[in-house]
Amino acid sequence: MVRTNTKKVSLLERIKIDIRKHWILYVMLMPVVIYFIIFEYYPVYGLTLAFKKYNAKLGIGGSPWVGFKHFARLFKLHSFPTMIRNTLEMSLYSLVVGFPIPIVFALMLNYVENKKLKKTVQMVSYAPHFLSTVVVCSMITMFCSKDGGVFNVFRNLIGMESVSFLSVPEWFKDIYTWSGVWQGMGWSAIIYISALAGVDPTLHEAAIVDGATKIQRMWHVDLPSIKSTIVMLLIMRMGSIMSVGFEKVYLLQNSLNYQESLIISTYVYEVGLLNGDYSYSTAVGLFNNIINLSLLIATNVFSKKVLDESLF
Amino acid sequence: MKRSYSDKIFDIVNIGIMIVLLIVFVWPLWFVFIASISEPNAVLRGEVLLFPKQINFKGYERILSYQMILKGYANSVFYTVVGTILNMVMSILLAYPLSYRSFGPRKFFNWFFIATMYFSGGLIPMYLLVRGLGILDTRWAILIPGMVSVYNALIIKNFFMNSIPQELQEAATLDGANAAQYLWRVVLPLSKPVFAVVGLYYMVGNWNNYTKALYYIYNEDLYPLQSVLRQLLISSKLVHDLVMTAEEMAEAIEQAQLMQYGVIVVAALPMLCVYPFVQKYFVKGAMLGALKG
Repeated sequence: MVRTNTKKVSLLERIKIDIRKHWILYVMLMPVVIYFIIFEYYPVYGLTLAFKKYNAKLGIGGSPWVGFKHFARLFKLHSFPTMIRNTLEMSLYSLVVGFPIPIVFALMLNYVENKKLKKTVQMVSYAPHFLSTVVVCSMITMFCSKDGGVFNVFRNLIGMESVSFLSVPEWFKDIYTWSGVWQGMGWSAIIYISALAGVDPTLHEAAIVDGATKIQRMWHVDLPSIKSTIVMLLIMRMGSIMSVGFEKVYLLQNSLNYQESLIISTYVYEVGLLNGDYSYSTAVGLFNNIINLSLLIATNVFSKKVLDESLF
Repeated sequence: MKRSYSDKIFDIVNIGIMIVLLIVFVWPLWFVFIASISEPNAVLRGEVLLFPKQINFKGYERILSYQMILKGYANSVFYTVVGTILNMVMSILLAYPLSYRSFGPRKFFNWFFIATMYFSGGLIPMYLLVRGLGILDTRWAILIPGMVSVYNALIIKNFFMNSIPQELQEAATLDGANAAQYLWRVVLPLSKPVFAVVGLYYMVGNWNNYTKALYYIYNEDLYPLQSVLRQLLISSKLVHDLVMTAEEMAEAIEQAQLMQYGVIVVAALPMLCVYPFVQKYFVKGAMLGALKG
């Protein structure tokens, strides 16, 4: 800014010069910018619906304002506490279980000396990531089935009765979380594996000379070296704590486990697209977004102060 | 002496855990495969655990004669191929100007795109937009929304900036090449590894997506395979669809059971076949996706 003043070149003038110099780049960027304005920024304007009563004839802009009516309705909803509890429980459960496991996996894999085993495990661990949610949920449904489901075959082998797992509400969160771990741990570990590959080998040599065991090296050399990667991913993770995957929960949800599987995002879909209650559904979605964004910012501030790492 | 002893125990435990993990990752997939070629009754009785029993391909024959699945397969191939091409073109158009060091508004546009990672209009505003544009219930509703992932585009941008030596640009400029020629002749050919990784991300995403069809597509002829699969397996439409009379119930359930596993194999196979080839780039890709904007 200061420089522009001293040089006495206006912003407009600078833009003109830049366009003349880089017109090809502007032409390239144009379609992408237009796309983002229409498909990313315009829907954000559509969020005003949360404070309006949607009228198809008048459109989003012309629909009358109703203030916080939809939010009041949401907060009074008798299943609102259940919804919030389920959303929080599921994401905290996945966070507590799903976040550290890939780190531990990467650390341990790093010490496998047999190259062939290491490569095989690593490659095979990615495979579930490439299955679609529909496929994974179909597998879960079949494996959990009461007739011939694999989990029940194992239960029968050790003399236990068959259980229709997906019909028992108490099982829902375990199934959701652990299937997620199965599907995601190999993939999530990649970034740690690559970070570990960059650890200075002289640190390890020094530790070995000092008589450190492998576990000590893991704790005192490897872990501190990948600390910033861990923190960064944790912040990212915190930002989406309220957005428990709609895709998977929706597919596994049924009337019997509804009490434990109702989450905000499935509710948004239900009232929005199934019942056509557009304004209300937008309000519920917005509520969810705001909590997410606040959590992201809060975590970022926290980690900046305490851990000296931040995302922005 | 003490140290090597403790390390030995560690190695044994470590290898043990890795082998258990190997089984945990592979066995469910193996099971689906052997169940798909076994007699459904044997699967139901829990006799198929490690090896197929009474191998037959009746399930696959049934799948091949099921119109919905074939149509869904063709649709998915279309959405994946066309979708991924659009994804890549748009991502490169986003990444290249942002990687060009002397491009004036680089910072501004950087934030213009990154900001969208932190908020979104959400389901209904997006649905109304798609409806308003008149592409609801058409193939465009699958191809256009979510066409660019900023995250993926930034991976490409970072590759352009960090892995292509800047001297090449200076040399190209001296030779009189403009920005487009430099992109086409130098940058694109040098960026194959990152295109392989990002292209794979997009491809997998397109092949596996079912929510766009769930939100925007009503016409079953336009369903991607995942939607057909969801209908068949999870809404257990299979049984109702195939049953003509009550007597056929038992057989239909058996058929359904047999077809179930086969359908999963059919849906999962393409991506499981592709990824090992791009695998070597993954670790590189993770590094390139440096999270800071």
